[in-house]
Parts: sequence; C-alpha cells; structure tokens
Amino acid sequence: MANLSMTVNGKAVTANVDPRTLLVQFLRENLRLTGTHVGCDTSQCGACVVHLDGKAVKSCTTLALSCEGASVTTIEGLANGGALHPMQEAFREHHGLQCGFCTPGMIMAAVDIVNRRGNSLDEKTIREDLEGNICRCTGYHNIVKAIASGAEAMGKGAAPARQAAE
Amino acid sequence: MSATGIGAPVRRKEDHRFITGQGRYTDDINRPGQAHAYFLRSPHAHATLKKIDTKAAAAMPGVLGIYTGDDLAADKVGGLICGWMIHSKDGSPMKAGPHPALAQGKVRYVGDHIAVVVAETLAQARDAAEAIVVDYGVLPAVTDTASAAKAKTQVHAEAPDNTVFNWHLGDKAATDAAFKAAKHVTKLDIVNNRLVPNPMEPRAAVGDYDQGEGAFTLYTTSQNPHVARLVLSAFIGIAPENKLRVIAPDVGGGFGSKIFIYAEETVCVWAAKKVGRPVKWTSDRTEAFLSDAHGRDHVTHAELAMDADGKMLGMRVHTTANLGAYLSTFSSSVPTYLYAPLLSGQYDIPAIYCEVDAVYTNTAPVDAYRGAGRPEATFVVERLVEVAARQLGKDPAKFRTQNFVRKFPHQTPVIMMYDTGNYSASLKKALETIDYKGFAKRRRDSARNGKLRGIGFSAYIEACGIAPSAAVGSLGAGVGLWESAEVRVNPIGTIEVLTGSHSHGQGHETTFAQLVSDRLGVPLENVSIVHGDTDKVQMGMGTYGSRSGAVGMSAIFKAIDKVIAKGKKVAAYVLEADEADIDFKDGNFSVKGTDRKLDFGSCALQAYVAHKFNGQDLEPGLKEGAFYDPTNFTFPAGVHICELEIDPDTGVTRIERWAAVDDFGNVINPMIVEGQVHGGIAQGVGQALLEGARYNADGQLVTASFMDYCMPRADDLPSFEVGMTVTPCPSNPLGIKGCGEAGAIAAPPAVINAITDALGHEDIAMPATPQAVWRAAQKTLSRMAAE
Repeated sequence: MANLSMTVNGKAVTANVDPRTLLVQFLRENLRLTGTHVGCDTSQCGACVVHLDGKAVKSCTTLALSCEGASVTTIEGLANGGALHPMQEAFREHHGLQCGFCTPGMIMAAVDIVNRRGNSLDEKTIREDLEGNICRCTGYHNIVKAIASGAEAMGKGAAPARQAAE
Repeated sequence: MSATGIGAPVRRKEDHRFITGQGRYTDDINRPGQAHAYFLRSPHAHATLKKIDTKAAAAMPGVLGIYTGDDLAADKVGGLICGWMIHSKDGSPMKAGPHPALAQGKVRYVGDHIAVVVAETLAQARDAAEAIVVDYGVLPAVTDTASAAKAKTQVHAEAPDNTVFNWHLGDKAATDAAFKAAKHVTKLDIVNNRLVPNPMEPRAAVGDYDQGEGAFTLYTTSQNPHVARLVLSAFIGIAPENKLRVIAPDVGGGFGSKIFIYAEETVCVWAAKKVGRPVKWTSDRTEAFLSDAHGRDHVTHAELAMDADGKMLGMRVHTTANLGAYLSTFSSSVPTYLYAPLLSGQYDIPAIYCEVDAVYTNTAPVDAYRGAGRPEATFVVERLVEVAARQLGKDPAKFRTQNFVRKFPHQTPVIMMYDTGNYSASLKKALETIDYKGFAKRRRDSARNGKLRGIGFSAYIEACGIAPSAAVGSLGAGVGLWESAEVRVNPIGTIEVLTGSHSHGQGHETTFAQLVSDRLGVPLENVSIVHGDTDKVQMGMGTYGSRSGAVGMSAIFKAIDKVIAKGKKVAAYVLEADEADIDFKDGNFSVKGTDRKLDFGSCALQAYVAHKFNGQDLEPGLKEGAFYDPTNFTFPAGVHICELEIDPDTGVTRIERWAAVDDFGNVINPMIVEGQVHGGIAQGVGQALLEGARYNADGQLVTASFMDYCMPRADDLPSFEVGMTVTPCPSNPLGIKGCGEAGAIAAPPAVINAITDALGHEDIAMPATPQAVWRAAQKTLSRMAAE
C-alpha cells in the first residue's frame, strides 16, 4: 500500500492505496465519483477521460500513484457551482447524448479539444480529434454539432473557474 | 402544438444527470458488505470437463465461495431458457440442448462459464480463478455457419447435424410456379456478417439477499426487468416473483443485447444467498465480446423472379442461421418470424417462399441485435432489387417505384398486413435530398480525381410495435407482448407515470412526459416517469423492437383516458353539473355552455379530499392503470440513399452524403427521433464497412476487443440529412410506428449498393474494409483498363 495525495475537482484528497490502483478505480471506488466510466480494457473508448493538470487523459490506463500531487478534474467538477459548463449545456441543447454512458468522457475530451485547438472548430477537426472516444448511440452527428457550438460558447463566456485553476 | 407537447423538440429531462456525471448505472451501485464475482471461462471452444479442482483456489486470500454447475444443480437452479418455440417443416419442435448457467460436463464456446469465484475484492476473485485447475478433454470445434450441419462434431447430443430446426414460410408451389413463368431471374449469394452489439456500458449485476425477508434484489443492466424477473422466477427458480425484485437503473445502451437473461446475472443473485453477502459482477469489454449475445450471422441464397417488364413475380430464399452454442432467450424468433415476414419489403410480390435452417456452432449465442432479423431480410431484398435493376438495365429508383405497394391495406404472402404507407413519397423526397440528378456530374468529378463514386438505395420496411399477443402466441412466443402503464395523479396535480417500457438512451422520461403534459395540460416538469423497478411498476414487457412508442405510450394513452373519465366524475360533483355535461380541454374541466370550470390540479385535490362526494357513489383518489395489447404490427418504412467515394489506391471508402427519409407515423419528439435515426445508420454503416466478429477454425474469437473489432468512430461517418414523411399508423391511438431500429435496418444495403455501383461489379462482402475494397477495386481497374 502506498500513500497518495492529489487535488480532485478543487479538493485535496489523500489515501492509502494498492500501488496497482488505476486512476479510474481511485475516482470511482475511493472517492465515489462514478461519473467517470469504464467502457473497455484497452484504452480505446474514452468513457474514462478526465483532465490531469488540465490535459485529457484516459484514467483507465493511468496509475493513481502517477498522479501524486496533480490536479484532476472529472465530469463532476466541470460545472461551476450551479451553472453548467458551456460544453455540458451544448450537449444537452444539441441532443449530443442518448444513453449517457460515453457522455462524461465525450464532454471532457471535447473541452480538451477546445483547449488545444481554440473556439472555432470545423467538422473535420472535431471528427478527427474524437478518434479516442466511442459512442454507440448517437452516430456522432449531434455530438459534432454540440462540440462546435460548445466551443463557440466557451469563447464567448468566461472560462469556468475550474478550467482557469488548471 | 405547445412548446412541450406532442411534436415539440423538447430538450431531454434526463440529460442533466448524465452531463453532470450523476447518472446511476448498475456498476455505480455498491451495497454494504458487497463481495465481487469473477467467472472462470472456457479457453476452449469445445471440451469435456473431466475434473474441476477448486481446492487450492478456495484457500486463497479473500475467497468466500467457489461454485460450479454441480452447485447450481444441487440447489435445483434451472437452466437458461429460449422463450420462442419454432417448429420445423415436418412439424417437429426445435431441438434444443440444455443451457446451464454454469457448465455441466462440457463447455461449448470460448467464454462459456465454468465456475464463479466470489471474494472480498475483484483482484482476489480473479487470482483465485487462475488457481482453479480444470482438466479439459478438448474436442474439435464447429464454427462455420454454412457447413455446421455437415460437420462431424456435434455441439449438442439433442440436435443431430447441429440443426435446431428446418423452418419455412410461404407457398412453395406458388413460388416455384412464379419462377417458371418468369422472363428474368436474379440470383445472389449473401453473407450477413456476425456482429457484436457493444453498448458502451458493459453488462453488470449486483445480487442482494435479505435474510430477514427471504427476498432477493437484483440490480442489473436490463432492457426488460420484468421479463428478467419472470424468467428467473418461473423457469430458473431463484425465488417466487414476490420475493425477487429486479431493478434496471440507468442502462448505458442495449441494442438488444440486454434483453436476454444471462448466466452471470443469474449466478450473482443466486450466489448472494449462498455467501450471505451482496455479490457484484461487472463485465469487462473482452468478456462482453465473448459472452454477450451476438447478432446476424446468416448465409443466404436468394432469387427474385420478374416478368419481361420487370414486374416482380416471386422470391425464393434459403438461409442458414448460426444460433451459436446455446439458444439465447429470443434467439429462435430472430431468423424466423422477425426475418421471413419482412422479405416482401416495400414491394408487391405475389409469391414468396423462404427456408431457414438454424444451426448450433461452438460460438457465443446469437440473438436479437438492433433490427433483429429485419436488417438481414432488408439486406436480402434490397441487394436483390438493386442487382435486378442493374441486370435489367433499369434505373434503381424507377425499378423500385414500379414494384412498390400502392394500395393499403396490403396482404403480403408472408403473414404481414401492411396497414398504411406512401413509399413513393419517401423515395421522391430522398432523391431530392441527395440531388440524384446531379450525381452523374459528381461521379465524373470523382473519376477525374482518380476516385470511384457510387450511389446506393435502400427502401426498407420493418415490423415494429411488437406485437399482438395472440398473434405472437400463435407463432410460438412464450409471452404476450402488450405493455402496461399506471398514471398516478398526486393531490396537488403532479403526476407519476409508471411504465413497463424501459429507457436505456431512448429518452422516455421526456417523450412520455410530453404525452402526459399534452393530454392533461400540466407542465412538463410536473410529470415524472418511473420505470425499471419491479417493486414500483407491477408488470411490463420492456423495450426492444421499437415498441416503446407504439405500445408503451399507447398504454399510457389508455390510462390517461381513464384518468380523464374519473376526473370528469369528480368535476361533476364539484361543479354541481351532470357528468355528461363536463368537458376536458387544455387542463380544465368545464361545464358545457357555462364559464364554470375546475383546473386539473384542483380536480386532483378534490378527488383526494373527497369532500364533495361520498365514497359509496365515487371512490376517492385519481390513479388509473391500463394494459395495451396492439392489434397489428406497425410498419415504419423509408428510403435511405448513400453516396460514397472509393480511393482505389488505398481501398478507403468515404461516405460523402447520406439522405434518410423515414415514415414513422406521428412523431412525439422529432429531435429524439432524428437521434435514433443517426445512431441506427451508424450501426448499419459499421456492419457494412467496419464490423465483423471472426472465429478461427479452433473457435477462438479473434476480434475480442476494440483493438480488433472495428467500431464506427466519428471520422468514419458523415453528417446525415434526415427527413420524414408521415402516414399515421391506424392501429394505435397515437398513430406512432416506431423509429429505433430503422437506421440499422436501412443502412447496410444502401452502403453495399453504393460500393458495388462504384465498383461496377457485385463481388464484395460485408464488412467492406479497405483491404476488401482495395482488392475489389483492382478488379474494377483491370476491367476499365481492358476496355
């Protein structure tokens, strides 16, 4: 067992964990942050995407101990208090989700695309940058629309506090 | 139309919890004292189990119990069932081998369940499973669909020649006569590739046993928790229904694969009592590939007969359907009654005869996957029709129009009575959407860039709203396929609707509330939809076969009728008028010809305080239930057109445009309906271009992860142009036909018809991967060079 401390959604957390513990297990089982999902075992589907020091990572292939001292944002930490993040709002407005299982990873990946590529995203860029996330319900049509719209909204509004903190 | 009523693109009520990470899926549920289950699975496709030695494993740290098929048998736990009886041509019942939840004496596919280890942690359970020593007597495996009946290896002693049934439908003599009279016959050999459904949420189960009450609870990823309870109670014998609660909370997609009652869920709930602790199991993705029921897997020869003008005269189909190693819950219905009755497509074909041989193989069970039988039928029909048009030198759109059914109702030669439709209208709109007239120019432009461009049609029909109980009963179903609803009006006028339908992505919490809001005139936010818990909803048949709108909402509609009728009685007392003079409109009960009225919320309150009437004349309260049994199937239909471009140098196929025009009857929420179409098309494109489950000759599944099985990703697909035409369904009160499976049914032939159009020959099978397309394109290029 090993000691671990990190910041998750702005709160300092410490724990004593089995060194094999993956970040997603730590989030789901130790912290009961069950918004981050596991959809495969091969780092292919992206349901587990969280932000580690401001960058998207697949938490199913990240050892929790490798995040010592880091700042992690999960889907639960994306909204700024009661106000939804513009990307969350865009997914709802454009019906970018059906069963909701891939959605947390999609939204976290989408915010990361905007962080990397800016607020004006064309369809091709969005589709190519979604390479690491699988959705089985939507056919991606509305996800692509949601991300383009969410990216634009992120440019207009102030970045949420959590993003700024990262 | 109000902003939240029927027909409005209302944003979904359920989304808030999903976009904030507050969804509650089965794996998010943890019970106090919970232990973890791990299943030891067969690494062999076919083997006898000579000895299972669990002694060393049982002594490992954290192990609470290890159980095998013998333990289930000792507790008289019954085997898994197939709920649809099919009879062969000779009248004999299908030949089904036993299907124990944990193997007894023999394993029959890679992933088959040998033992379960329950331990304090998952890691301990997995470690202990590795310490179980199994002495296998490895047997040869049979995996190939087409040759399974001729194999020396026998999967089940009960099924000689690995044959479950030789079934048929239609009039053979009339069909043979039609072929004799034909001037032209088109013949085609078709493989409908085997698929893995892969909802993004893997299956999961938490079994819990309350010793004080002697009652079980099973949290599970189910599309139909009541059917799960029925099977676990009545057939498997876990506990009587009143001592077994099944909860299917948020479910992350199903596509058919979560209809069925599987070994893992059965064992988890049983083991909870055995170890005296809640028992949790969550499938990993490879387990899902190995043990979720697969879809499709047909090998077919099909023929279409036409007269000199191209009028269709008859169709003859022979299909071999692979059902895998065991008969899954509804497996036998898929290649039979969900398949052959759709072979008439949108066409007036006087004679059809279809034979289906269903075979056992040493592969995972095969059952319903989005569309279930109807995509297989549509692929046969629409490939045949496209090839026939090419052979006759006719335009594919005109050839289809020539043969469309025009008069309704239309009795096909294969059971179905089409109630309504307008197939030409959908085709016309789709042709306009895709700019069919401009295609020739676009093709020339592609050719200038060294690319091969093609266009492909698919005019599909499906039978949904499954289904009239008496009808399916006569065809062999073990259950009735009605739906239930209960509308509970609370004293201040808020409403809970309990439904036997189950939402796992379809948005019922929104669409069902729209119906209630529209009819009762209450705000959308005052309506809550309750589903997925057998302790809350008394009984229901669940969600599959695009039935929640046509059947589930019709049940709610009926219950609302009863609420309004009761409300009128209450209002008559309060307004001191005759019941016959009470109208209900826009949320108000009013007395005809007066300005006296009572709003719905006040009526509810009056129903509960019961001050204005006495309980002998009228029962207090406002709560009504209904069961709705449909009178016919519903027949959604439409036309999808795919336009694509092939790079003959790389074999990469890019879908450039997609036009979909569907007739789903009346639509409650067009935003949600379009979303269903998008997702269905993506799965159909996946089948056509990317996905294929492959077993090698030894029975190893060589496509058992997302690294080996190619799921459609965002950059594999275009944006879709989706339109609708409407002919309201006459058989249900809302005029709804159903939309959940249309895309998956329509898409595969549209893609393959476009690819073969681009290639100029028919020599390509699904999935048309870049490698396959590259090979096929070389044939095209060498032909072009020769010309």
